[in-house]
Amino acid sequence: MIPVLLIAVPLFAGLVAFMLKDGAARGWSLFASLVTLVIALIAVALPGGSAELAVNVEWLTGLNSRFALQLDGLAGILCLLTALSYPIIFIATRGEQYKKAKNFFGLMMLSQAGMLGVFLASDALLFYFFWELALIPVYFLASQWGGEKRIQATFKFFVYTFLGSLMMLVAIIYISFHTRDHSFSIASFYGVKGMISGTDQEWLFWLMFVAFAVKMPIFPFHTWQPDTYEQAPPAVTMVLSAIMVKMGLYGVLRWLAPVLSIGTYMWGDTVSALCIIGMIYASLIAIRQDDLKRFVAYSSIAHVGLMCLAIFATTESGMQGVMIQLFSHGVNILGLWIVVYLIEKKYHTRKISELGGVAQKAPVLTTMLVIIALANIALPLTNGFVGEFLMFNGIYGSKATHYNVLFMVTAAIPIILGAVYMLKMVQRVFYGPVNVLTEKTTDIGWNQKFVLGLIVVLILWIGVYPEPFFQLTRSAAESLLSKMYFKP
Amino acid sequence: MNAIIISAVLGVIMMFSGIFLKKNSSIAALAILGIIVLLASTMLEMSGYRFFEIDTHGMLNFEVFGLLFNCVVFAATLALFLLNAKDIAAIGSNPGEYFALIFFVLCGIAIASSFSTLLMLFIGIEIISIPLYILTGSDKRNLRSNEAALKYLLMGAFSTGLMLLGIAFLYGASEKGTFVIDQLALGKAAASPLMITGLLLLTSALAFKVSAAPFHFWAPDVYDGAPTPITSFMATVVKGGAFIAFIRLFGDAFGDIKPQWQIFIALLAAATLLIGNVTAVFQQSVKRMLAYSSVAHMGFMLFSLLTLNTLAREGIILYIAAYCVATIGLFAIVAKMKDYSFEGFNGLATHYPKLALVATVFLLSLAGIPLTGGFLGKYYMIASVIQNGHFLWLVILSLVCAAISVYYYFRVIQAMYFKEGPGQQLETGSGFTGWLIVLALIVILLGIFPQWLIDRLYIIYL
Repeated sequence: MIPVLLIAVPLFAGLVAFMLKDGAARGWSLFASLVTLVIALIAVALPGGSAELAVNVEWLTGLNSRFALQLDGLAGILCLLTALSYPIIFIATRGEQYKKAKNFFGLMMLSQAGMLGVFLASDALLFYFFWELALIPVYFLASQWGGEKRIQATFKFFVYTFLGSLMMLVAIIYISFHTRDHSFSIASFYGVKGMISGTDQEWLFWLMFVAFAVKMPIFPFHTWQPDTYEQAPPAVTMVLSAIMVKMGLYGVLRWLAPVLSIGTYMWGDTVSALCIIGMIYASLIAIRQDDLKRFVAYSSIAHVGLMCLAIFATTESGMQGVMIQLFSHGVNILGLWIVVYLIEKKYHTRKISELGGVAQKAPVLTTMLVIIALANIALPLTNGFVGEFLMFNGIYGSKATHYNVLFMVTAAIPIILGAVYMLKMVQRVFYGPVNVLTEKTTDIGWNQKFVLGLIVVLILWIGVYPEPFFQLTRSAAESLLSKMYFKP
Repeated sequence: MNAIIISAVLGVIMMFSGIFLKKNSSIAALAILGIIVLLASTMLEMSGYRFFEIDTHGMLNFEVFGLLFNCVVFAATLALFLLNAKDIAAIGSNPGEYFALIFFVLCGIAIASSFSTLLMLFIGIEIISIPLYILTGSDKRNLRSNEAALKYLLMGAFSTGLMLLGIAFLYGASEKGTFVIDQLALGKAAASPLMITGLLLLTSALAFKVSAAPFHFWAPDVYDGAPTPITSFMATVVKGGAFIAFIRLFGDAFGDIKPQWQIFIALLAAATLLIGNVTAVFQQSVKRMLAYSSVAHMGFMLFSLLTLNTLAREGIILYIAAYCVATIGLFAIVAKMKDYSFEGFNGLATHYPKLALVATVFLLSLAGIPLTGGFLGKYYMIASVIQNGHFLWLVILSLVCAAISVYYYFRVIQAMYFKEGPGQQLETGSGFTGWLIVLALIVILLGIFPQWLIDRLYIIYL
């Protein structure tokens, strides 16, 4: 029952929001997102495998597809991230004025319903449905309320993801025809390995991987991302990079690697190489980037590349690291976007070169940002360290590739570059002399202090005591891993 | 049988309705009543109530598939009448005649969906075509309408010639010298060059009628020139009617010699998809874009002809239903507009939020986004090819084409929602908007519970 509630509450709230007045919709959606958060917390607190965490009813009987939802550790941590992000985003962007605000908030809630559905679905066709459903509201959000070039940028994003997901659809249909009972259920998909030949798995792998790679994004499928992040309104950018990016990683974890394990093994090295190229490439661009939004966008590409690399390492510690990092990266990037949003709002510029000395005028903001930035470059005692340490450990110990040492060493380069660009940005924006632009400003308001404080607390909590999160994801990591193993 | 006779009688009644009824609105109301009677009688026939017991000497064969299909297109015509009956009546000075011609077309469709000899196929297709030549040119004072009608007539006559030639070849090639489709491809005749030549000629003629590339050149000009409600009728109901003839012909007569002709259909589908979608991208008017989109959709429908498996048979009904509803809805909105260009849609969401919303639902369905009937239609088509196992390259091509189609469908959405515009004055009553909302709900319902609807149809009427 709980998974249904998780989807139904934001869905219903979104539909209601369209009928409310603009002012009421704002409060209503914040309230609804808090309700969703409470449900997500309850779901995570329940012991894994409870009957309340699964739903399975008839749906498209002719196609052998059922309305099946399941909340395990992996789904749990991502639902928690999704449910947590929305109230944070709403509170952080409280002062923002939107034309036709009711539509904005309605669509925001619908996008939340779609994304929660993606993480919960345990039927491939249902997964595909939610996968597209999450996209449509975001398309409208980013095209209607974004920057000047929003229509082109968002359209590019839409076409990329749409083509990717169509390819995934073909793969899903193909796989379902080869399952024992011709169904779309996840159990049948996990049992399909032996029924599809290695050569078929090789091309099926790419059909599915492209869909996920576009979402993550992995080099060379990333070109939509900086433009879209730059043009979308701040709240939508936060949704895109904190949650939507995770859909791609989740897809690989749940629907690709355990289903087509031979294909995954065959192409593991190729994908890993793409990840590393993308990480280094994005880091180098981030160093030269003057626009704060594009800066964060490129840094995100680098971080996601590492997570994808760790998935393909197929080790327990790597898996564990990815699952923690899915949450941590969501929290950290949310923090970064909030800071960027605040800076743009205060100074009406995103150019790093035009800013300076913010620390003297806004000490609270600066403190928060420094902690978030340090978490982003994975300093010990922050959440970033926990995840990245485990992932590097996993990449090094990988038995799925002969190049594990090479991958680990080259993947470390962008981490160092990450420290370079992050600290350089902090230095140039927040320290140094105050200039004309930053002179007359005040610190941030209570709501922003609250959400940034919350993010900092989460960063330190996971950094110091990650055990509860491990407990949540351990069984999911093990069971997925057991499905990815095979004797080549 | 019910549908054939009743639609012909209704056509005659509508022809003389102008004598008794003076007002356009009452003629329109009579037409709506007529189509409801027609729909009801077809449904009754599915449940076994045959009003007319006529021995057709095996020339016609009323099976559930064809009847179910008739229900779908009659329901689509009903939707068209509910939305655009007044516009049809206002095309020219003889409102009754337009409806009469439309009923004659429906009569042709009822024959084309139940033929069991090639002669009946020919008669059915011609009964569909000839009233359409007149309907296309029914806006007599409009030069473009006249041009379209002439073009359609010339090209149509040519394709009729091809069809007759093909039928003659098939007759000559069959072992016993027969027109009965079940007995055409029996024995040695099945693989003879004469048979294949005849089949190709017949295929070309039918491809012309359903506007499959490379026989589609008439479609955009004719669709553009014809009065918009007639375009809507041609692009949906008529196209579906001709296509069902295609399916019946290949399914019943040539299903056993698939390898002989599959490659031709595959090439036809590929060309149709590619040409339809790529050309639609360059259109500046929404009406013309929809014309090319209808060509593009024919490419997907041809998948079902290629495979002819269960998925294809169930799917094609769903596909045609979803496609008809969405296209009729969009054309209904276009028919109310004076400016058909993409710019004409600028700012529609601000002035007519409800219209913009339903138009978005229709466009999403045509683009094949989940939660709409259009998605499941596409799903069935793609799945039927994958199940077939061969022609997987066609699937990949169709994906690229589907992505291209997003471009032109979303251009309308972008114009409506994200661009500012003065907005046109549209004459839309609350009834019009209400019916559009009902259609949009049907599109969504087809997308979420298609099985429910298909099951109902089969359970009630089998």
